[in-house]
Amino acid sequence: MVTDAEGLLKHKICIDNLHYSYGDEEVLKGINLDIPARAVTVLFGPAGGGKTTLLRLINRLNDMVDGTKMTGTIRLDGQDIYAPGTEISSLRRRVGMVFALPLPLPGTIRENVLYGPRLAGMKDAAQCEEILSRSLQQAAIWDEVKDRLDDAAHRLSGGQQQRLCIARSLALEPEVLLLDEPTSGLDPISTAKVEESLFALRRDYTIVIVPHSVQQAARVADYAAFFLMGELIEHGPDKQLFTAPKEPKTEEYVTGRFG
Amino acid sequence: MNRHRIQRLGFVLVGCASLLVTAPILLVVASIVVRGASAIDWEFLSTMPSQGMKAGGILPAIVGTLWLLGGTALICIPVGVGGAIYLAEYARDTWFTRAIRLAIVNLAGIPSIVYGLFGLGLFVLFLRLGTSILAASLTLAIMTIPVITSTSEEAIRAVPVEFRTVSASLGGTRWQGIRRIVLPQALPGIITGIILGLLRAAGETAPILFTGAAFFLPRLPRTLLDPTMALPYHLYVITTQVPGMPQQVQYGTALILLLLVLSLNVIATVIRSYFRRRRQW
Repeated sequence: MVTDAEGLLKHKICIDNLHYSYGDEEVLKGINLDIPARAVTVLFGPAGGGKTTLLRLINRLNDMVDGTKMTGTIRLDGQDIYAPGTEISSLRRRVGMVFALPLPLPGTIRENVLYGPRLAGMKDAAQCEEILSRSLQQAAIWDEVKDRLDDAAHRLSGGQQQRLCIARSLALEPEVLLLDEPTSGLDPISTAKVEESLFALRRDYTIVIVPHSVQQAARVADYAAFFLMGELIEHGPDKQLFTAPKEPKTEEYVTGRFG
Repeated sequence: MNRHRIQRLGFVLVGCASLLVTAPILLVVASIVVRGASAIDWEFLSTMPSQGMKAGGILPAIVGTLWLLGGTALICIPVGVGGAIYLAEYARDTWFTRAIRLAIVNLAGIPSIVYGLFGLGLFVLFLRLGTSILAASLTLAIMTIPVITSTSEEAIRAVPVEFRTVSASLGGTRWQGIRRIVLPQALPGIITGIILGLLRAAGETAPILFTGAAFFLPRLPRTLLDPTMALPYHLYVITTQVPGMPQQVQYGTALILLLLVLSLNVIATVIRSYFRRRRQW
């Protein structure tokens, strides 16, 4: 994690008093959370806690959902991302997202990786090649696909598809990478590979991940936040939440008494 | 009777039913082919009718039908597909969009002669287009648009919603996602809908009866404002209005119309199956 001269944590994303509801159902009930820059923050807790919703609010993907209500602020580098006049497309280029199920777009591996850059206006062939190899390498899938970049992306295995999706997000050189249970559909070996690629990225990117198990949360976390029924119960650096939680609810959850 | 016998009887009955469904089609096609095939030669396809349409060819009717199809396509494709994109991607569920949908469903059920009268009133008389290819194409187009809109909307909705989310998450605008992902994936369904709509337009007589079809014209149409002969109307004319018409010519004309419609149908089927095999989700 990055600290400033006084040894204080540098925060990339600041969430203040965030309330969010779908219709009458409030799914986030006053969240206050600062997410450290260049570190892996895990948002964990039982299903229905509002973690995925929170992720989708950070890059404004939930704008596509009708009938929702939000109060409070989310700031990225001090800028309110919900301020009027915010360029949503450029926000989403800065804040990439990987979904629970690997979702390659129709087309080849190459087309998938270059989809974002091309939308952003990238045309130069040499630069495209560079983006292609860099992002596939960062996602630890380059060696497996470098000889068949023009094959259909949907023919890759599930684990490869998910790393391709990570590469696709990285192609835009985002500052923040949001991952929503990225390994939930994967076998243990593929999971290990995805985690490995995350580990390699953690010093360069601000990563926010909803893990698919407490074990994964504990493995990857630099900073952890525990969500229960739309409330942020406890958050803290490193493994503290897993080894010495302060709140009884956190302890009960991490020791497996409910969940 | 025991239950096995009942079951066998049931199979026989539904088998007969399915035979009854297909038999008329086969019979119609067979009788037209048998009686009409001998009329068809190059002269039949490439010359003007002569001797009060009892001899010569049906060139102006073929050319006229192609003109009408082209005109109809030019109007109904952009409007029909555009409407489908709006309904599938942008329209929210309001009373207004519900009214549009209701209109589309009901438009598909209106008898074609009503479209013909509507076209006469609006395009021929009110807009003063006269009986012309343009007026007839417009009339055929408003009959075809509901078919194209509903099939295209269905094809667009069949593309998984997640692709749109992924596109948005990579910095794409809504339109970029539609243009680059959704439409290419929905294209086979859209094309099929377009062809099926045009197919219906190609075979209709009633909508063009008062709006653009001519009994007999000594020359081919030159502009969209000319009236034209057309295959279905020509067939109607030579089977009911001309005494002493050789049967061979009648069936030959029917066969050409059938072949035109059938080939469009085959194209639609080929496109659909080709893209279905290549679908990537």
